[in-house]
Amino acid sequence: MAQTTHPPGTGGHAASGDGSNRRDFLYLATGAVGVVGAASAAWPFISSMNPAADTLALASIDVDLAPVAEGQAITVTWRGKPVFVRHRNAKEIEQAKTVNLGDLRDPVADEARVKKPEWLIVVGICTHLGCVPLGQKVTDPRGDFEGWFCPCHGSHYDTAGRIRKGPAPANLVVPTYAFTSDTKIRLG
Amino acid sequence: MAQAQASKFKNPLVNWIDSRLPIFTMLDHEYNHYPMPRNVNYLWAFGAIAGIMLVIMIATGLFLAMQYSSHTSLAFDSVERIMRDVNYGWLLRYVHANGASMFFIAVYIHMFRGLYYGSYKAPREILWILGVIIFLVMMGTAFMGYVLPWGQMSFWGATVITNLFSAFPIVGDPIVTLLWGGFSVDNPTLNRFFALHFLLPFVLLGLVILHTAALHVCGSNNPLGIDAKGPQDTVPFNPYVTLKDGFAVVMFLIVFAFFVFFMPNYLGHPDNYIPANPLVTPAHIVPEWYFLPFYAILRAIPDKLGGVIAMFGSIALLMALPWLDTSKVRSCKFRPIYRQFFWILAIDGLVLGYAGAMPAEGAWLLIARVGTFYYFFHFLVLLPVLGKLERPLPLPNSISEAVLKGAHAKSMEKA
Repeated sequence: MAQTTHPPGTGGHAASGDGSNRRDFLYLATGAVGVVGAASAAWPFISSMNPAADTLALASIDVDLAPVAEGQAITVTWRGKPVFVRHRNAKEIEQAKTVNLGDLRDPVADEARVKKPEWLIVVGICTHLGCVPLGQKVTDPRGDFEGWFCPCHGSHYDTAGRIRKGPAPANLVVPTYAFTSDTKIRLG
Repeated sequence: MAQAQASKFKNPLVNWIDSRLPIFTMLDHEYNHYPMPRNVNYLWAFGAIAGIMLVIMIATGLFLAMQYSSHTSLAFDSVERIMRDVNYGWLLRYVHANGASMFFIAVYIHMFRGLYYGSYKAPREILWILGVIIFLVMMGTAFMGYVLPWGQMSFWGATVITNLFSAFPIVGDPIVTLLWGGFSVDNPTLNRFFALHFLLPFVLLGLVILHTAALHVCGSNNPLGIDAKGPQDTVPFNPYVTLKDGFAVVMFLIVFAFFVFFMPNYLGHPDNYIPANPLVTPAHIVPEWYFLPFYAILRAIPDKLGGVIAMFGSIALLMALPWLDTSKVRSCKFRPIYRQFFWILAIDGLVLGYAGAMPAEGAWLLIARVGTFYYFFHFLVLLPVLGKLERPLPLPNSISEAVLKGAHAKSMEKA
């Protein structure tokens, strides 16, 4: 019974001669095509989980900085995340600039993190596990370096948003932004 | 030749079905005559209790899903509507929320029973590994369920846990974006968590069936950890174990009902009755109690990637347990030294759980570090070494001999 369902030269004779090589090749080729097919079929499913076009379309906003007085800070929402905009005073700028880069965990000069020294703009999400650090209000705890303090696991950031102490591995992220006029920025 | 199998049931309809699809033969074999060691104690009931909890969770969850809206602007209010307006909605939700805790209590007792009596050893390795996979899927399901009410703890718990994946270099950030479906935990995240929270319990059900199938191949372990050698060592599952398990289930449900009716929010966190706010992090984020030991391990390591690896590793480690424990003796009853370390491990789990609920600073951080060290030391060093060094107590010749003490057992064997 079983033998008649196979073409001649394969089936029971597969173990000998050329037939075995050809059969092995066919198995491998079929398997390879199957894997490629399964991966191609899986792609749209996985890709559908990534940000959709409307989510991406909300990716840039304009912020007016004029009402923010020196020493004040505001929080704006960008891509569902808080962005800290702090109008730094001379002392804070001085603190950020005079730090020895060798002491930093994620060494970046203050100049590389700002476009204008008085405006520090960073994503307000702790690089440890994503909490929002405290320090936007003058009454908040600002940590040992007078920037921000994350209450979740105790990370301290300085006045340039750089990690100084605690478990976070990196500085607060500087988002992509540009000054569209002296007192306006566009985020994203 | 196609031929119906021979079935022997009295009812002709049952017989007709069974000779074409032998489910009645299977049930009769697995749940009526199935031989259970005669000496199993009440700790063996927690598998059945966990199974009942899964059924209760699926039933209440199905009816809650009929009232719930998985949109960020509606989720919190739809849960409050379930609590205030839906007929018996408060009951369904409190049973479901406390049921998660009860499910974990049952599973933790079930796991520690397996640890104490060496139920993971040959030939039950695959049974044990399936159990660890069930535990992992349960944790994922519970985590996603906790996000659905969209309170502050839901949102920030989801943020912290999904951010764990960002610890991995290069692939980390794309994975997190893929999980979120955006740039932060938001509406796409809530929607997919609801879909997965609905799906995974049925995956669990499938895994539980595999777990039971693997169990019924080699049979249940027992407090002596020796194999049943014949009918004198066992009793039929029905009525002996069905009744015993049934009684244990009722006792367990009384405790469950006490929580549901008298302290339904005791195991929850009040912050989750504040609607989610992406701009304000609660001062102190804590996961649900059943995750606390693992949360303590995460925070004990002063490095982000290291903490994540230690936390996942602490569970993955359990899969290797059948090979880490080198002792041939299953039950702790006959392992005088290991028995003491078992209890230290149990206390270590409780201490880690307590430390996980406390702020990660000062003495609590130190305690969490010592606890984390002991956890890994226990499994990676103590277990392999003790198996070689320890001299176990003499094992009894058979279950019936140990249980029935000497002469009486002999007469049973003859009979």
